[in-house]
Amino acid sequence: MSDMTPQISIDQLWKVFGERPERALEDLCQSMDAEQLNARTGLKAAVRDVTLSISSGEIFVVMGLSGSGKSTLLRMINGLILPTAGEVTVDGKPISQLAAAELQKLRSNKMAMVFQSFALFPQRTALENAAFGLEVAGVPRQKRLEKAREALERVGLGKDLDRLPQQLSGGMQQRVGLARALALDPPILLMDEAFSALDPLIRREMQEQLLELQAESPRTIVFISHDLDEAVRLGDRIALMKEGKVLQCGTPRELLCKPANEQVRHFFQDVDAASVITVDTVAESPACVINQAELLQQTDECSKVQKMACIIDEHNLFKGVLQKNGEIISAEKGPALTAETTIRDAMELVANVPYPIPVIGSDQRLIGVISPRRLLRSMILR
Amino acid sequence: MDVIDQVFATVSTGPVGEGMSRCVEWLLNHAQPIFLVIDYAINGLAGAIEQILSVPAPWLLAPLIAVLAGWRVSLSFAILSLLGLNLVLFMGLWQPMISTLALVIAASLLALLIGIPIGIFSARRQHIWAITRPVLDLMQTMPAFVYLIPAVMFFGTGLVPSTIATLIFSMPPVVRLTYLGIRQVPVDLIEAGRAFGCSERQLLWKVQLPNALPTLMAGVNQTIMLALSMVVIASMIGGGGLGDVVLRGIQQLDVGLGFEGGLAVVILAVILDRLTQSLAASNFSRKSLPQRFKAFTNLWTSS
Repeated sequence: MSDMTPQISIDQLWKVFGERPERALEDLCQSMDAEQLNARTGLKAAVRDVTLSISSGEIFVVMGLSGSGKSTLLRMINGLILPTAGEVTVDGKPISQLAAAELQKLRSNKMAMVFQSFALFPQRTALENAAFGLEVAGVPRQKRLEKAREALERVGLGKDLDRLPQQLSGGMQQRVGLARALALDPPILLMDEAFSALDPLIRREMQEQLLELQAESPRTIVFISHDLDEAVRLGDRIALMKEGKVLQCGTPRELLCKPANEQVRHFFQDVDAASVITVDTVAESPACVINQAELLQQTDECSKVQKMACIIDEHNLFKGVLQKNGEIISAEKGPALTAETTIRDAMELVANVPYPIPVIGSDQRLIGVISPRRLLRSMILR
Repeated sequence: MDVIDQVFATVSTGPVGEGMSRCVEWLLNHAQPIFLVIDYAINGLAGAIEQILSVPAPWLLAPLIAVLAGWRVSLSFAILSLLGLNLVLFMGLWQPMISTLALVIAASLLALLIGIPIGIFSARRQHIWAITRPVLDLMQTMPAFVYLIPAVMFFGTGLVPSTIATLIFSMPPVVRLTYLGIRQVPVDLIEAGRAFGCSERQLLWKVQLPNALPTLMAGVNQTIMLALSMVVIASMIGGGGLGDVVLRGIQQLDVGLGFEGGLAVVILAVILDRLTQSLAASNFSRKSLPQRFKAFTNLWTSS
C-alpha cells in the first residue's frame, strides 16, 4: 500500500504559545505536563517534541481529543503555523527555511487542505470554489474551470456547479471542499477533521469515497480526527496524541494489540476489535497437514483424518482440503480466507463451513486455519 | 472690572489654540501651491459632476432616478421617489438640489477614494490602525464648525472648502466599516486562502475584500448619508444648494422657506439612502445578486 520513502518527516517539533515560548524547552519544563507548565509559566504547549515520518502514499491519521495539538501539528506541515523548535521536511525541503514565495508555491503544488468548517468562499459558486487553488496558482480561466469541473464530478457534484455554498447541504459543501483540494491534484492532502462536522451517515459515505479516491490514485493523506472508528477505518497508520505528545504511532492493529501504555489501551478499549484484527494473526496451525505427494501414496493416512486436513505441495503452497469423509476440495473451489481479511468479514464464512477454514497468504502459502472456536477466543483474549 | 477681565481671559485663546493657529498660519504662508492644486482639482471634479447632472432636464432625470429605484428597490419606492422629485420641482428647488447632489457625490467620491485604502491598510497593519483610530475619533467628534474656519482660511468660501469639510465629516464611517469588514472575515477563510497558496496581495483581493464587501458597502452608504447631513452646515461657507435655502430660511426667519429646503433635503436623503442600501444588500440568495457580485469581483480577480 505504501512504499517506504518518507515524504513528510517531522523532527522534534515543538509549538508553544505565549510570551518567550522557548522557555518551555528548558529541561525543567520538559518534565512537566501541560497543566503544570501553564500554571508555572503561563505558556500553552500545543505540540511537544513530536517526531514522525509519513510515507508517500499512505493515509496517516493523527488522532486525539480536542486540545491535543493535532490541528496545530497539521498546520505546521504546510507552514500556516511556524514551529517554536524542530523542523518539518516535505520532500527534502525544510518548511521553516522557505521564503514566503517558495512556501506559497509549495502549498500550490504539493499540498492542499480540507477544513472541518469547510471554509468555502460564500460568494463563489461550487465551481469557482473548486477552481480557487488553480486561480491562485495562475492557471488560465478556461483550463482551471475545466479541471474544477472534473474534480467536482469525481466527488459526485457534477450537477451542482453553479450553486453557492449556502445552497448546498453540509455533506455537499465538504465535497466541494474536497474537490477544491483535488483540483490541484496534490501529492499531499491535509485533512483537518474533514468529516467531523457531518452526520454519521454522510460521514461514512465520505470516508468510503476517500478510500475509493485513494485506491484510484494514491496520495499521502494526513488525516486529523478525534473519531476512533474513523481513524481505524481510514488509517494505514495512526499516531495517537495527548497533550501535545505522541503516545504511540503504528498500524491500527499495533495500537490495538500492543498498546504502548495504559493510556493507549484506554483509548482503544471501545474500538470494534473485530474490524481491526485480521485472520492471519489469530489463525492456528492446522491439526493435520498432508503433502500432496503423500496424499497419492498413503491413502491409509488419510482415512485417519479427524476433522479435516490441509493439503500442500512441496513449496508449502496451499492446494486444497481433505474432508473427514475422504472427499478432497481443491484450493480453487473450496472456501479460504486471505490474510488481510478482518475477523468481522470472516465471521459468516467461518460460521457456515463445517471444518476450520484455511488462511492463505498473498503468496498462496498456507498460514493456518481458523475455526469458530478460535474466532471466538480471539475476541475474548486481547 | 477684574471679573470681566477674568471672563474674557477664559474664553481667549490658550497655548493649545495658539499653537494650532500658528500652524495654520505657517501652512498659509508656505503651502500655498498645494492648496492651489487641491482647489483646482476639487473645483474641477465638483464642477464636472454638477455639469453632468445638469445636462438632462428635470423631466428626464426624475424618471431616470425612478427607474433606477424601481430596478434596485421596488416599484412602490419608484413611484414614491418620482412623487418626491416632482414635489422638489414644484417647490422650485430643482437646481439647488442638483448642486447639493453634486457636492455630495464629489465629497463622497473623494472620501471613498481616500477612506477605503486607509481602512484596508489599517485592517492589515495593527500599528496603522493605532494611528488611524484616534484620528477618526477626532474627525467624528470635533464640531464641524471648527474645521470650517481653517477650510475657509485655506480656500476662501465656496464649493471647495465645503467639499473638504464634507469630506472630513463623512470619511470616518467608510474607514471604520472597511476595517471592520476585513477584520471580520472568518479566520478559516483566511486560513483556506493561505493554505491554497495565496500571496498577501491575492489574499486581499480574492478572499478579504470579496467577503468584506457587504460591510464595506454599508460604510459607503453611511458616508453618503453623512455627506448629505453636512450640506446645511457647509452652506455657511458658501456650499450653495439646498443648504443655502435652509440657511436663508433661518436668517430671514422664514419658516416656510426653511421647511421647503429641509423637505427637499429629506427627499434626496431617502432616495440616496435606499439606493445605496440596495448596493450593500448582503443577501446572496437573491437571484441576480451573485451575478452582480461576480461581475463586481471579476473586475479585479480575472486573470
